[in-house]
Amino acid sequence: MNLELPLITDGQVEILLTDLLEHYGYDFTGYSKASIKRRILRLYSLDKALSFAEFRYRINNDTFYFKRFVEQITVNVTEMFRDPLFFKTLREVVLPKLGTYPFIRIWLAGCSTGEEAYSISIILKELNLLHKSLIYATDLNPIVLEKASQGMFAMSQMKQYSENYILSGGVNDFSSYYTANYSLAKFNDELKSKLIFSTHNLVSDHSFNEFQLILCRNVLIYFDRDLQHKVLSLFDDSLEGLGYLALGTKETLDFSPISPNYKRIPAEKIWRKVS
Amino acid sequence: MGKCDALVIGGSAGSLDVLLKVLPLLDPALSFPVVIVIHRKHGTDSLLPELLSGRTPLKVKEVDEKEPILPGVIYIAPSDYHTLIEQDHTFSLDYSEKINYSRPAIDATFQTAAEVYGEKLVCLLLSGSNADGVNGLKSVNIWGGIAMIQDPATAQVAYMPEQAALHAKIDYTLRIEDMAEFINLLS
Repeated sequence: MNLELPLITDGQVEILLTDLLEHYGYDFTGYSKASIKRRILRLYSLDKALSFAEFRYRINNDTFYFKRFVEQITVNVTEMFRDPLFFKTLREVVLPKLGTYPFIRIWLAGCSTGEEAYSISIILKELNLLHKSLIYATDLNPIVLEKASQGMFAMSQMKQYSENYILSGGVNDFSSYYTANYSLAKFNDELKSKLIFSTHNLVSDHSFNEFQLILCRNVLIYFDRDLQHKVLSLFDDSLEGLGYLALGTKETLDFSPISPNYKRIPAEKIWRKVS
Repeated sequence: MGKCDALVIGGSAGSLDVLLKVLPLLDPALSFPVVIVIHRKHGTDSLLPELLSGRTPLKVKEVDEKEPILPGVIYIAPSDYHTLIEQDHTFSLDYSEKINYSRPAIDATFQTAAEVYGEKLVCLLLSGSNADGVNGLKSVNIWGGIAMIQDPATAQVAYMPEQAALHAKIDYTLRIEDMAEFINLLS
């Protein structure tokens, strides 16, 4: 039986996070510790680091490796139309309300590789609202944004995404939105026409516009309570009156100082700013 | 027997039946939390806590992120997230890659619990058809906790506890009918 001692201690995780802040200005100190430690350990094993010292040296001195580090310690798992019932509510309740505005501004914070951004584009197009919408899709990580802007996703996922799309209330042929290119599905350029991908770090960057809908799903779970409150205030500052804020299935506004100003749509993790 | 600060139970195919037999017999005054990680299909979210809460004198609830972990409560890991345990005895949730084709992964909860509770952790791996939980039990070994499996002879699907017995040091192998009494004595 092969029992090895843990490779990295909590103290060493703190050292790495302090380095990142001091050398690169990336602040991960408000992230949930168990999750980020697992991500770091995963990368440490994956890249077969020889020692903590070597691993640390590389992150601090090799810019390419630093980029890999940031990409790998953040979670970039996402799907098109993930949680189809959520997207059904967007389609049937939220976006039709916003459709009465002359212009719709949406912020998708923590967009990762873009699957949700294209999902929203598809719904807007079907509601005939895409032409008067702009979707700002942001992430702290330039590598995933590069991928997002290409609009190409694995062909092997399309069956699942098509099922999600139908469950979310989609009635078209899902395959009409992309062309198959070997192992990749390339989504139609029209869907990209109203998407603006750009870097934004929720921890350190400020509000950059006012929106009628902000979506940030499965990002706050990685933050500690203080950071969650700070980011929710940032969203509050960036949301117009009567605008909507959408969070992930297991996330909530309940414990936040901004919650008295919001009214929840029953059964969904969507809140409307009422004052 | 040493004091237990937390019991984590993992299982897959064939484990629900075990829980339905064991949970009704648990001591209502249990002095530690019970965290249950069961593989199941995404979308059947709230059914499991509901199903189990009718069957035991203890409070049963689905894990909420950042929630403090309290004694005498049975926590169910939500579907489609990994449930992690933090040093300050709270839960955090994680939507990272599946582990062993599973989310929730038993390994993720066992491993983080092992670091937090050390020698005061008891982990029990039940019936199942893949090897999730085995690496977690190895972590329990490293951090000095107690690693237990369902007796493979009593498991609907013996593969999971068998793999654990092959790759980790198992402190106790329990038959279904002995589990509740054993757990109550940890209190």
